[in-house]
Amino acid sequence: MSPKSVLLWTMQAAVFWLVLFVPQLIVFLLVSNPPTWELVLMVATGVVGVVHTAVEPSWRYRVHRWETTPDAVYTLSGWLNQEWRVAPVSRIQTIDTKRGPFQQMLGLSTVTVTTASAAGPVEIEGLEHEVAQRLVVELTNTTQATPGDAT
Amino acid sequence: MTTPAEVPAGLPAAPEFTEPLQEWHRLHVRMLVVRPLNEGVAMLVPILVLLFTGNGEKWRLIASGATVAMILAFSYLIWRTTRYRITEEKVELHTGLLTRKQLAVPRDRIRTVDLTSKPGHRIFGLSAVRIGTGQQDVPGTDGLTLDAVTQQEAERLRLVLLQKGTAPRAVASEGESAEPVPLPESEVISQLDLKWLKYAPLSLSGLVAIGAVFGVLSNYADDLGLHPVQDLWEWLFENPSLALIAAFLVGLAVVGLILSVPLYILQFWNYRLTREPDGTLRVQRGLLTTRSVSVEEQRLRGVDIQEPLLVRAGKGAKLAAVTTGLGSKGESNLLLPPAPLSVAHQVSRDVLKVGSDPTTLRLRKHPFAALRRSMFRHTVPWVVIAVGLAIWAPSWAWPIPVAILPFAALVGWDNYRSLGNALDERYLVTRNNSLVRSTVALQRTGIIGWRIRRSFFQRRSGLMTIGATTAAGAGVYHVTDVGESHGLALADEAVPDLLRPFLVDSTVDDQAERNA
Repeated sequence: MSPKSVLLWTMQAAVFWLVLFVPQLIVFLLVSNPPTWELVLMVATGVVGVVHTAVEPSWRYRVHRWETTPDAVYTLSGWLNQEWRVAPVSRIQTIDTKRGPFQQMLGLSTVTVTTASAAGPVEIEGLEHEVAQRLVVELTNTTQATPGDAT
Repeated sequence: MTTPAEVPAGLPAAPEFTEPLQEWHRLHVRMLVVRPLNEGVAMLVPILVLLFTGNGEKWRLIASGATVAMILAFSYLIWRTTRYRITEEKVELHTGLLTRKQLAVPRDRIRTVDLTSKPGHRIFGLSAVRIGTGQQDVPGTDGLTLDAVTQQEAERLRLVLLQKGTAPRAVASEGESAEPVPLPESEVISQLDLKWLKYAPLSLSGLVAIGAVFGVLSNYADDLGLHPVQDLWEWLFENPSLALIAAFLVGLAVVGLILSVPLYILQFWNYRLTREPDGTLRVQRGLLTTRSVSVEEQRLRGVDIQEPLLVRAGKGAKLAAVTTGLGSKGESNLLLPPAPLSVAHQVSRDVLKVGSDPTTLRLRKHPFAALRRSMFRHTVPWVVIAVGLAIWAPSWAWPIPVAILPFAALVGWDNYRSLGNALDERYLVTRNNSLVRSTVALQRTGIIGWRIRRSFFQRRSGLMTIGATTAAGAGVYHVTDVGESHGLALADEAVPDLLRPFLVDSTVDDQAERNA
C-alpha cells in the first residue's frame, strides 16, 4: 500500500465533510435569526468532520494490507470495522483497474478482482500505478494458466 | 436423417433429439392476444374507470380506445421484432423496436430452464421459457426469456437445452443418430400432500396477499381521488377506540387465515419435485399459473431450509435450492413448499444425494458474547424509537415501542439460539436468523472466497462474521458472530490451504500481542 494513500483518504474525507458542512454554513450565514439546533448541528458536523479527517486515514493506513500468492489474493481493509477478503486465483473472473480524479493526481490505482460471486469482489486500493499494472499482468497470467470456468 | 427409432410398446415416446434449429423463429403468433390478456388486465381497471366515471363524454371513449389500440399495437411490434434461434453453440434472441437488443447465451453455460404459463398463456397453450446462466453480475437482468412459445415447443426446448453430459447427443456422425437410448422414467422425489395445507395459515401468505391487494386497490382509489386510508386514520385520531382497533386486527387475521389456504393451493397445486434422466432437478407447481423450473444438478451448490417463525412453531419448513442461474422472481429457487420439517430433511437428503441431510448435523453453538450482541442489536433500536417518541410525539405513542420491547428481546434471544455452524466432508452448514430461520448447507467445493468481517464491537468481544462467497444463490452465506479462533479454524478446514498463509500471520500477531 502506497503511503500516498493516507493523503488520498484525507482528501476524500475532507471533500465528504466539506460537502456536508459548507451548505450548512451558507444557510447559517444567509438566514437571519437561525435556530440554535442549526448552529449545534453545524458545529457537530464540523467537529466530527475534523476528527474523522484527522484520524481515519492514518488508522486505515495502519490496518490496510494486501498480498497475492500464486494461489490467492488477500486484502485486509477498514478501520473501525475491518474486513478480510480472500479470493483464490483459480476462481478469478476479471481483473480491473480504476483511477478516480484524486487517485490520478497522486498516481495511484485501485485493482478490483472479481469472482463469480456477486458478493466477493476484492479491491486493492491505493497502489502505486506501476505496482498496480504489474499486479494486473501477474494475476492475468496466473489466472489464464488455470483451467475451468471458475464457478 | 434423424428418424426416431420405433418406440417399444408401453413406453412413452422418447422425446425427439432433433437437430438443433438453425433458422430464426418467431415467438408464437398467439402472443398477439396473450400479451394484452396478461398485461392488459392491469390496465383494465383504469380503462373501466376512464369509461364509466364521466357522463360518457367523447374524449373518454377515444382515450380508452386509444389505450387499447396502443396495447395491441405494442404487442404486435414486440412479436414482430422478436426472433430467436438455437444453434449448436448458443441460443440467440433478437428483440426490441427502438433499442435493438441481441442476446446470446452459450449453450454450455445454460444452468436452468424455467417454464412459466400464466392463465393467459394456458388458455392458448403457450408457455414462457426463461433460460438462466451462471451469470450473476448484473442485478435485474433475468437471463434470456422467450415469451412465449407453444407448450410442446417449450418442453422440447427444456430437453434440448439441458441435454448435455448424461443425455446422448447424436452429433458424432450423421448416420448413427437413429438410435436414441430409451430414456428412463424421471424419478419422483416429492409430491404435494394435502396434509401440508395446515402450514398455509402459518406461512402468513394470506396477510401478504391482503397487503398486496390493498396496495393495488388504494392505488386505484388514489386515481379516483379517494383517500380511504387517510380518512380512516383521521377518523381514528379523532375517535380513538381500542375495541375497534382490536376488532380490526382480529378481522385481518381471520381473513388472512382463510385466504392463505386457497393461496397455497394456487401456488403449489400439482407440486412435484423430480429428478429427470438428463441430470436435472425439476419442480412443477401451480394451479392457474403453472411453473416448471429445471435446475442442472451438477450446479446445485447446496440447499437452504427456511423456517418462518410460525411455520417453525408448527414443526414445518420449506426448502430452497442454492444454485446459479435462477431468476429472482417468484421463488424460482423453491424446492419444497411449506411442509413438515421431516419431509424437508428427507427431500434435502434426496436432492443432495447424501446419506443423511447435512442440515441435521449437530451445530456448534456460538460464544456467549454473540448473545449479548444479538440482544443489543434487537432491542436498542426500539429503545431509541421509544425515547424519540417520548420527546417529540404525543404521549400515547411511546408505550407502543415499549410494548414491543419484550418481543424484540425474545427475538434477539431466539436469534442467538439459532446461530450455529457445522462442517462435514462435503458441506459447510450455517444457521442464521429468527423470524425466518435459515439453515444453509453449502458445498465446500462451491466456496470461492471468504469475507471475514470484524466490526469494532465484534473485535472487542472476540467475534467475527465469516462470509463464504459462492457463485450460487445469495452470493455469500454468513457464519455470524462466531468466536475468532473457531471461526478461522472452520474457514481453514472448509477450504484447505486458502486461509493458511493468513492464519500464520494472525497467530504470530496474537503471540506478539500476548508477549507485549
